[in-house]
Amino acid sequence: MQKYSIFNLVKNAFSNHENWDLAWKDPTPKEEYDVVIIGGGGHGLATAYYLAKEHNVTNVAIIEKGWIGGGNVGRNTTIIRSNYMHDENGLFSEFGMDLWRKMSQDLNYNVMFSPRGIINLAHSDAQMNAYARRGNSMRLNGIDAVLLNREQVKEIIPMADFSENVRFPIFGGLMQPSAGTARHDAVAWGYARQADSMGVDIIQNCEVIGFDVSAGKINGIRTSRGNIKAKKVGLCVAGSTNILAEKLNMTLPIETHLLQACVSEPVKPVLDNVVTFGAGHFYVSQSDKGEMVMGGDLDGYNSYAQRGNLPTLQHVLSEGIAMMPFLSKLKMLRTWGGIMDMSMDGSPIIDKTHIDGLYLNCGWCYGGFKATPASGWTFAHTIAQDRVHELNAGYSLNRFNTGHLIDEKGLGTKTWIS
Amino acid sequence: MLYINCPHCGMRSQNEFSYGGDASVIRPELNKEVSDQEWDNFVYNRKSLRGKHLELWQHISGCRQWIKVERDTATHEIFRTFKSDEEVA
Repeated sequence: MQKYSIFNLVKNAFSNHENWDLAWKDPTPKEEYDVVIIGGGGHGLATAYYLAKEHNVTNVAIIEKGWIGGGNVGRNTTIIRSNYMHDENGLFSEFGMDLWRKMSQDLNYNVMFSPRGIINLAHSDAQMNAYARRGNSMRLNGIDAVLLNREQVKEIIPMADFSENVRFPIFGGLMQPSAGTARHDAVAWGYARQADSMGVDIIQNCEVIGFDVSAGKINGIRTSRGNIKAKKVGLCVAGSTNILAEKLNMTLPIETHLLQACVSEPVKPVLDNVVTFGAGHFYVSQSDKGEMVMGGDLDGYNSYAQRGNLPTLQHVLSEGIAMMPFLSKLKMLRTWGGIMDMSMDGSPIIDKTHIDGLYLNCGWCYGGFKATPASGWTFAHTIAQDRVHELNAGYSLNRFNTGHLIDEKGLGTKTWIS
Repeated sequence: MLYINCPHCGMRSQNEFSYGGDASVIRPELNKEVSDQEWDNFVYNRKSLRGKHLELWQHISGCRQWIKVERDTATHEIFRTFKSDEEVA
């Protein structure tokens, strides 16, 4: 594989950049693989990469119905954080933060990781108390957290509404300085390029239409490009998990919902951090191009549509304007939607299943992008070793049966409530 | 914007409604022994169909009645609506 470096950039400039190698190949599927990963999104690509890198399993195929990175890894708002209260979420995400920090070097691909800090705003004394508690829990798990008072928040984001007579006055906020953003497409492409170079077959435009299961063991999959035998199969298809589960006669604690995001026209640098509104569900950051990247609530009803509806967008943006009034002056550049696996406790599932050789990675709700490296790393471990790692032991499928839920937000099973 | 035909009030915008989830989920009978599996299926497990989906909505800014709506989860098209106690054929 050609290394990306300043020297290669200069060298290729002399031939008008016409002689770069393809970043990954377009192979025809082989008859058999050791591991087949279904889903060529961020998590699937990362899983294949860590299978090859950490476990030396390279006879691997990624099966993608569309094109790699066309799903949620290209549709999210690129936020990376580990500001969780519960141990399972905190430790898992903080392990991921380490992988994020090394990712550009690791993948030889600039993922533009920008640890600019995230601020969750608080709008009441009770919320400040809750943030103090969460911040303390984070620090106990080795995650950086700073509780800010109103004046400190004002210093960092003076453009927020600090006037007197507002419905949701800013009391303060909880900041994780090491959180940030990254270029999401680069994450998919970086993992794809490295996985490909280690021998992983990335097979695009190939739809899974069935599974070959006998005597409680997986033997392979049936696809639109023929049957493929596999010793192990990993499902990494956030948004479409229920569709594939149905083919396996499994009913999962997941509903598929629609989440929208949008960007404004580009403006000069105004916002250095990621900021979330505490009296609803709205978050904003500014991209390197200057666009304000915004998102918030689910549309609120089961959907596979990958396109949203205006009432929710209007609701979300009115929260944004309540938080930062200048946003009302901006023109909207793009809006789009993606479909989420909403699990019944708001936390993901990375586990083995009752079918031997079939592994499940799903239920990422609002937080799939930031989990990409940690999810890939732990899922690769689960598949290669046929046992869960301690980092994803809490993300078991049977926690819904045993009552060991990880309900970070305390929302219960109504996944569309935010 | 979705438009939902409330069987009590007529055609109204989605802004008047709140969602209540899969209407095919039935609570296990009260007076009999309930297995863990039955309880899991009631509380957690969902088919989350792609295509025709029967679901509950409440006309929260209208008559406040719960209704059943048959809607396509891939296209958002609404086919039929029913009163909560109406049989869905």
